[in-house]
Amino acid sequence: MAVTPKTYSIFSLARNALNYHQGWQKAWRDAEPKRDYEVVIVGGGGHGLATAYYLARECGIQDVAVVEKGWLGGGNTGRNTTIVRSNYLWDESAGIYEHAMKLWEGLSTDLNYNVMFSQRGLLHLAHSVHDMQEIGRRGNAIYLNGIDSEFVTPQQVREMVPFINLDCRYPVHGALLQKRGGTARHDAVAWGYARAADSLGVDIIQNCEVTGFHIENNTVKGVETTRGRIGAGKVGCVVAGHCSVLAEMAGFRLPIESFPLQALVSEPVKPILDCVVMSGAIHAYISQSDKGELVIGAGSDAYLSYSQRGSFDIIEHTVGPIVELYPIFSRLKMLRQWGGIVDVTVDRSPLISKTPVNNLFFNCGWGTGGFKATPGSGHVFAHSIKAGDMHPIAEPFSINRFNTGALIDEGAAAAVAH
Amino acid sequence: MLLIKCPWCGYRDQTEFSAQGEAHIARPENPYDLDEEQWGDYLFFRKNPKGVHYERWVHSHGCRRWFNVIRNTASDHVHATYRPGESIPELSDEETNQPA
Repeated sequence: MAVTPKTYSIFSLARNALNYHQGWQKAWRDAEPKRDYEVVIVGGGGHGLATAYYLARECGIQDVAVVEKGWLGGGNTGRNTTIVRSNYLWDESAGIYEHAMKLWEGLSTDLNYNVMFSQRGLLHLAHSVHDMQEIGRRGNAIYLNGIDSEFVTPQQVREMVPFINLDCRYPVHGALLQKRGGTARHDAVAWGYARAADSLGVDIIQNCEVTGFHIENNTVKGVETTRGRIGAGKVGCVVAGHCSVLAEMAGFRLPIESFPLQALVSEPVKPILDCVVMSGAIHAYISQSDKGELVIGAGSDAYLSYSQRGSFDIIEHTVGPIVELYPIFSRLKMLRQWGGIVDVTVDRSPLISKTPVNNLFFNCGWGTGGFKATPGSGHVFAHSIKAGDMHPIAEPFSINRFNTGALIDEGAAAAVAH
Repeated sequence: MLLIKCPWCGYRDQTEFSAQGEAHIARPENPYDLDEEQWGDYLFFRKNPKGVHYERWVHSHGCRRWFNVIRNTASDHVHATYRPGESIPELSDEETNQPA
């Protein structure tokens, strides 16, 4: 049974402080799998937990299990660079990423969990005439979709980032600014959704790997897991890094290839950078976490791999331009480096779709930029699973577009790694 | 970083090469007869396995010639490389079933 969690507030904080913090309850139960659920969600990352939360909260389906092979948020949810933005070129992308942005703006209150969403502003640098044309086209497209988007001059960039080296090997000719863009605490997003979903009755089952699907008459009836068979009326696969592996278990292929994408963080320093700066042309983006670490996102490796490592030469190609643009960072020590596996489609847009198997839905292929979409992705996917038909915002992201040719080409706006 | 044996030049650093995706996908002989399903499948849908992968590489910063690689995508271990048109080297059961 679900337990009603005590609300987090300034009063609960004070009360627990007086009690030496002995009184906090667990944020979610460690559920044992039941025999059957109305819906089973495969994948306990941000998108999967968000899907479960919106199923329970808005779609009236509380009989939901989230099965996760490792621990919550231990995949790409815990491996990204926490950037949130909605400055995409095409209408379909604007639809889903802006939908997510609007949910981000109320998320901490909605979940009663501080996801540390900080709209600190996001700069996308242009280093050449070609870059200027790209941001010119995209900036206007974003603006026409009713999303905030401003062109700024090199001088304005300098006002925001005083130590930037504008006249270097990668001269800055201008930038696209999304003031509502920023960052959020990635772990908190997974934990907040998990806690809120759990309180609505969702079973969260960790250390439970899906090893196959139970399919009868081309209709999914449940999943085989390392903790036994779990029956399900509908199954939603919300995985990053392994969606092709799951699809193979279900007997079909996806238009996806998987690559390692790296990030690294520096030692923590005092506040120096209060916005996010990204640069697609040189595959480097940077922001400062609340802990003080500089979080640097690199490009992806160009060969297919599930190794969660990534190559040294990619780090070199990322750190080189960072030091060129921000010479002040050259003496920083890097503390950690890691890789995540990104499932990339050829048009750099996700798959939110029905599949050849009835009642089996996939939400995957978010490539190098899924974190920012977490609330919107979960929201439209939950409604699609409930209805058995895709939500209007999700509709264009069908797997079928690779047969009809209605691709959503976000190669440029995805900004990195291509 | 991988060490890859170019069938013409010998062992070289991975940065000299470019990966070009799944190997042994034959272009349809009758493209005009294909329906959307088949054409999309040929162009975009891939095996993307976690495990043994047959793929094409090109020695871009070397001899610029194409060849095939058998590599385990879970461990990044390169099992074999071979020239286009050569018969596909057989892997031992142990190699094929390497734990992911």
